[in-house]
Amino acid sequence: MDRLRIQRIRELAIEKTLFLCALVSVLTTMGIVLVLVFETLSFFEEVPILEFLTGTTWAPSFRPQHFGVLPLINGTLMIALGAAVIALPLGIASAIYLSEYAKPGVKAVVKPVLEILAGIPTVVYGYFAISFITPLIREVVPGTNIFNAASASIVVGIMILPMVSSLSEDAMRSVPGALREGAYALGSTKFDVSTKIVVPAALSGIIASFILAISRAIGETMAVTLAAGATAKMTLNFFESIQTMTAYIVQVSLGDTPYGSIEYRTIFAVGAVLFVMTFIMNIASMWIKNRYREVYT
Amino acid sequence: MTTVIKTINLNAWYGEKLALIDVNTEIEENKITAIIGPSGCGKSTFIRCLNRMNDLVDIFRYEGEIIVDNININDIEPEALRKNVGMVFQKPNPFPKSIYDNIAFGPKIQGVKDKGELDSIVEQSLKKAALWDEVKDRLKDSALGLSGGQQQRLCIARTVAVEPEIILFDEPCSALDPISTSKIEDLMIELKKKYTIVIVTHNMQQAARASDYTAFFLDGKLIEFGDTKQLFRKPVEKSTEDYIIGRFG
Repeated sequence: MDRLRIQRIRELAIEKTLFLCALVSVLTTMGIVLVLVFETLSFFEEVPILEFLTGTTWAPSFRPQHFGVLPLINGTLMIALGAAVIALPLGIASAIYLSEYAKPGVKAVVKPVLEILAGIPTVVYGYFAISFITPLIREVVPGTNIFNAASASIVVGIMILPMVSSLSEDAMRSVPGALREGAYALGSTKFDVSTKIVVPAALSGIIASFILAISRAIGETMAVTLAAGATAKMTLNFFESIQTMTAYIVQVSLGDTPYGSIEYRTIFAVGAVLFVMTFIMNIASMWIKNRYREVYT
Repeated sequence: MTTVIKTINLNAWYGEKLALIDVNTEIEENKITAIIGPSGCGKSTFIRCLNRMNDLVDIFRYEGEIIVDNININDIEPEALRKNVGMVFQKPNPFPKSIYDNIAFGPKIQGVKDKGELDSIVEQSLKKAALWDEVKDRLKDSALGLSGGQQQRLCIARTVAVEPEIILFDEPCSALDPISTSKIEDLMIELKKKYTIVIVTHNMQQAARASDYTAFFLDGKLIEFGDTKQLFRKPVEKSTEDYIIGRFG
C-alpha cells in the first residue's frame, strides 16, 4: 500500500519536473517576444514606423540621424539570394546523388561529411571567407572591396548547403521504391527517374528545405559580420561592402552605444523585422510541407 | 508457333542465396503464360529477370542465357529492353501525377513531344485498358484519386502506351477485390491478341481461367511447364498435383 503511494508520488514528481523543463523554453520564447515587442513599440514612439520601413538611409549614429531600415533589408536579402544561388542547385544535386546514385559505401562517407559542415562554428566560416574566399574573389574581380557581399554569400551558401541536401535527401528517400520501379519498367534511365519522378514526388519536402535554408541565411550573423562589412547601403553590387540586419545588431551590441538611447533601441526594431521575416518563412515551410505532402497508400 | 522468350540454364542469386536453378523455358507469342508456385519459389525472381528489373538490386546476379526476340538481353540497353518488355506490379503504383501525365510519361521519355500525338496515345492506351469511359472527363485529375482496380488498369494503360511486345504481370490482382480482378483477367485475354503475356499469380483459379500455359516453380526449380488445361487436369509431377489441389503453399 505504502509502496504504491510512494510510486505514485514519484511518478507525479517526475511528470511535474519534466513539465517545468518544458515550460522553461516556452517562457523564454515568450519573454524574448515580449521584450522585442515592448522595445520596438517604444522605438516607434520616437521614429515613425513608416519612416523606418520606407527610408533608404540608415545612419542612426550620425547627425542628422536616419532610421530607414531598407539598406539593412537590402543587404540581408542580397546575402540570402547569393547564398540561395549557391546552395539550392548544389544542395539538390547532392541530394539526388545521395538518394539515387550513391552506392551505400560512398553514401556512408559523403553524408556524414556533409553533415559535419553543419557543425562547424559560423565564426570559422567567417574567417574562411576573409582569408580564403575574399582573396580569391579579388584575384578574379580586381577592385573588390576587402569586405564584400559576394564572399559572405558564398560562405553562407556553403553553410546552408548541408541543410538543403540533407532535408531534400530525406524527402527523396521517402518516395516509395514502387514509383521508381514503375518508371524503370517503362524504359526510363536513372536520370529520368530522378528528375521526372523522384524530384516531383518529393517537391514539397524539397521546397520546405529551401525555405528553411534561406531563413537560416537571413538569420546568419557571425560569418556575414566578418565577411560583408558594416556599410549599410542600397546597392545590388556584390563586390561592395554592405551590412545585414544581424551584422548591424552585432555592431551596436559590441560598440559603446549608451544603453537606453534611441540608437540602442534600433536593434530591437531591426531584430523585430528579422524575427517577422524568419517567422513567416518558417511558417511557409511548414505550410507547404503539410499542404502538398503526397499521401501514398 | 513462335517463341519470344527463351531462358537457357538460368541460375540466379541474391547474394549467396540461390534463387533460380537451371530454369529452361520457352514462352510463346500471343499467349498467356502463368507462373505459379508457393511464396519464395522464385517465380517473381524469374519474371524480374526477363526485363532486367533485378538489375536494380545490388546483390543480384545470374548465369545462363535469357533470349528475347532472338537477342540476348545483355546485348541491349536495359532501357530498350524494358520498353519492349513492360511490367505491371503487384500493388498499383501510379505516379503522383494526373491520369493524363501517367500515360504520357512513357511516350515522353521515348521522345514523343507532339501534343496531338500524345493525346491520341493517351486515349488509345486508356481504351485498350478499358478505362477510357471511366476517366475521359477527368484526365487532368490526380491518378491517386482512382480506386485500386482503376489504378491497376491505369498502370496497364501506362505500360501499353510505350508499345511493348511483351507484358509481365507480377501478381497484378493480389491487392484487388474480385470484381476488379475479373476485369483485369478479361483485359489480359483481350490484350493477348496483340501482346505476349507472362503473369505470376498466387491464385490457382486465375491461372486456370486466364492462361494458355502454366509453369510451376518450387524451391527455385521449374518443376512442370505445359498446357494449362492439361497441367491442371493431369499434372505429371507429384508436387505439382499436391500444390494445385492445395496440399501445401
